[in-house]
Amino acid sequence: MIISIASGKGGTGKTTIATNLAVALGSDVNLLDCDVEEPNDHIFIQPKITRTEKVSLKVPQVDMNKCSLCGKCQEICQFQAIVVVGKTTLTFPELCHSCGGCMEVCPENAITEIDREMGIFEAGTSNGVTFAYGRLFVGQVMAVPVIERVRAAVQPNKVNIIDAPPGTSCPVISSVKDTDFLILVTEPTPFGLNDLKLAVGMVKILNIPHGIVINRSDLGDDKVMEYANEENIPILMEIPFDRQIAETYSKGKLLVKELPEWKERFIHLYEDVVKYAKKS
Amino acid sequence: MQKKANIKELIVISGKGGTGKTSLLGAFASLAKDKVLCDADVDAADLYLILEPDIKERQVFQEGHTAEIDPDKCTECGLCRKLCRFHAISSEFIVDPINCEGCGVCVYFCPEDAINFPIKTCGELFVSETRCGPMAHARLGIAEDNSGKLVTLTRKRANELAQKRDLSLILTDGPPGLACPVIASIAGATGVLIVTEPTLSGHHDMDRVVELANHFQIPAFVCINKYDLNVEMTETIEVYARDKGVPVMGRIPFDPIFTKAMVEKQTIIEYDSSSRASQAVKEIWERVESRL
Repeated sequence: MIISIASGKGGTGKTTIATNLAVALGSDVNLLDCDVEEPNDHIFIQPKITRTEKVSLKVPQVDMNKCSLCGKCQEICQFQAIVVVGKTTLTFPELCHSCGGCMEVCPENAITEIDREMGIFEAGTSNGVTFAYGRLFVGQVMAVPVIERVRAAVQPNKVNIIDAPPGTSCPVISSVKDTDFLILVTEPTPFGLNDLKLAVGMVKILNIPHGIVINRSDLGDDKVMEYANEENIPILMEIPFDRQIAETYSKGKLLVKELPEWKERFIHLYEDVVKYAKKS
Repeated sequence: MQKKANIKELIVISGKGGTGKTSLLGAFASLAKDKVLCDADVDAADLYLILEPDIKERQVFQEGHTAEIDPDKCTECGLCRKLCRFHAISSEFIVDPINCEGCGVCVYFCPEDAINFPIKTCGELFVSETRCGPMAHARLGIAEDNSGKLVTLTRKRANELAQKRDLSLILTDGPPGLACPVIASIAGATGVLIVTEPTLSGHHDMDRVVELANHFQIPAFVCINKYDLNVEMTETIEVYARDKGVPVMGRIPFDPIFTKAMVEKQTIIEYDSSSRASQAVKEIWERVESRL
C-alpha cells in the first residue's frame, strides 16, 4: 500500500503527519520524503543512513570530430538545450530534460550521454522504519528526477508513506501519482481552504481516493469543514493548536514519542485510511 | 529581465512553506508607498485573498506541448513507445498527458505522421488594481508545469507596471521551496527577505535558501516569525544568519491576529496596527526598506 501526504499550502503539517504516522505504525513501514527541495523528515526520525547515491540526469555530449553541424539536434530539442552556433554545437545541460531526442536524431552518431549530478539519494532505518529521501543540490532547477529516484524506493510488501512537497504542480504530481490514498493536510484559514481546493482539483485529475487532516483546527473559521461536507471528503483527523505540540515540533521531536496519547490517534488514522482506500 | 536602474524589487521567500510569507507581504503592502505588488507563488497564489484585486487585464499563459496520437493514422508500430523515456504512451497507444514531458521525440519520429503536438494552456496571468496599489498575479493550471516561465512573465508584468506608473518599488510574494519557481522568482532581484520560524525544520530550510541567494549573489535578509514559540531556537537561527553574513531584520511574535486578519480579508496592519505583531512588522519593514 502507498499512502501519500500532500497539502497545496506549505507549512500545514505534512511532515508531522508523515513522520508520526510512520513511527506510530512501527514495523513494516517505509517512509519516503519526496520534498527534495526542503526535506525535513530526517530531522524528526534521525535515521541511520546505510546508503548514499548521487542522482544524475543523462545529458548530451557532442563529439565535434564527428558533428557535421547539420542542426537536426537543435531542431528536435523543445527545450533549447542544444544549439549550433557558428562552427560548434553547444549544450545547455541545465535546460536538458533528458529525452534522448538529439542523440536519436543525430545522423553522425556524434552525441553520447554523460551524467549530470543533480542531488543526493539516501536510505536508512530508524525505529524499525525503513526510510529514504532525496536532496536537490542548491541552484538546481529540476526537482523531478530526484523525486523519481525516491519514488523508486517504494517497497511493495510494506506500508509506504510518501511526504510530498507543497503545491499542485509537477513535483507534487511525481510524488503522489499512482498511490492508493492521499491525505490532504490543511488548516482552517482562507489560505488553507484556497490551496486545499487546488489540491482536491489535482487529486481528482489523478483519481486518487483522499481524505483531509485539519491542523491547528481551532485557529480560523468553519469554511474548510463546510467545504469538506459539501464535497463529501472525509475528515480523518483534527489537531488543535497547542503550544506543547508546537514546541515538540520546533525541537524536531515526534508527537507519538513525547505525547504518547498521539500514538493511538495515528494508528486510528491509518485504520481509517485503509477503510476509505478499500471503499473506493 | 530589463529593468530601470531605479526600480527595486524585494522578494519574500522562506524555503519552508507556511512561515507567513503572504501575511507579511500583505502587511508590507499596507506600509510601503509607491509600489507594485506581485504574487509569484503561481502554484498556490494566496495574496489575492487579502488584497481582493479588481482584475483589469487577463492573458492566457501557453507554454509547452503535449503529444496526441491520432488513432486513425496510427499503425501501432510501437516506435513511439520504444523512444519515449517518460513512459507516457500506453500499450493501447494513448498518451498520458500527466507523464508526457512535451519533448516531441515521438512526434518527430512517427513514420505515419500520426502524432499531433498542440500547445498547452497552462494558466492565466492578471493585471489588477487593489486598495494597496497595482498588482500582477497569475494562476497556474492544476497539475500543470512550466511554473518557472509563468513566474518570470508575472514579474515582467509587475516591472512594466512599475515603469508605466513611475513607481520605484516592487514587492513580490515568492513560492516555497528551492527549485524552478523559486529560482525564477529571485533572479535579478534587489534583495530577498527570508521568513523563517524557530523550528529545526525552519532552520534547515532557511540554510538552504540562504545558500541559494548566495549562489545567485542576491542580498538576503532574514526575519523570524512566531519567534516566541521557541526563543532558544530563534537565537540559534539569528546567530547562524549573522555568521553567514545575512542581516537579521527582526522577530515577530506568535499572534492569532494573522489568522483573524486573513479571515477578515485584511492585512494585519489594517486589522490592528497597534498589535505587537503589527509593531514588529513595521520595524522590520523600516529596516528592510533602508537597505534596499
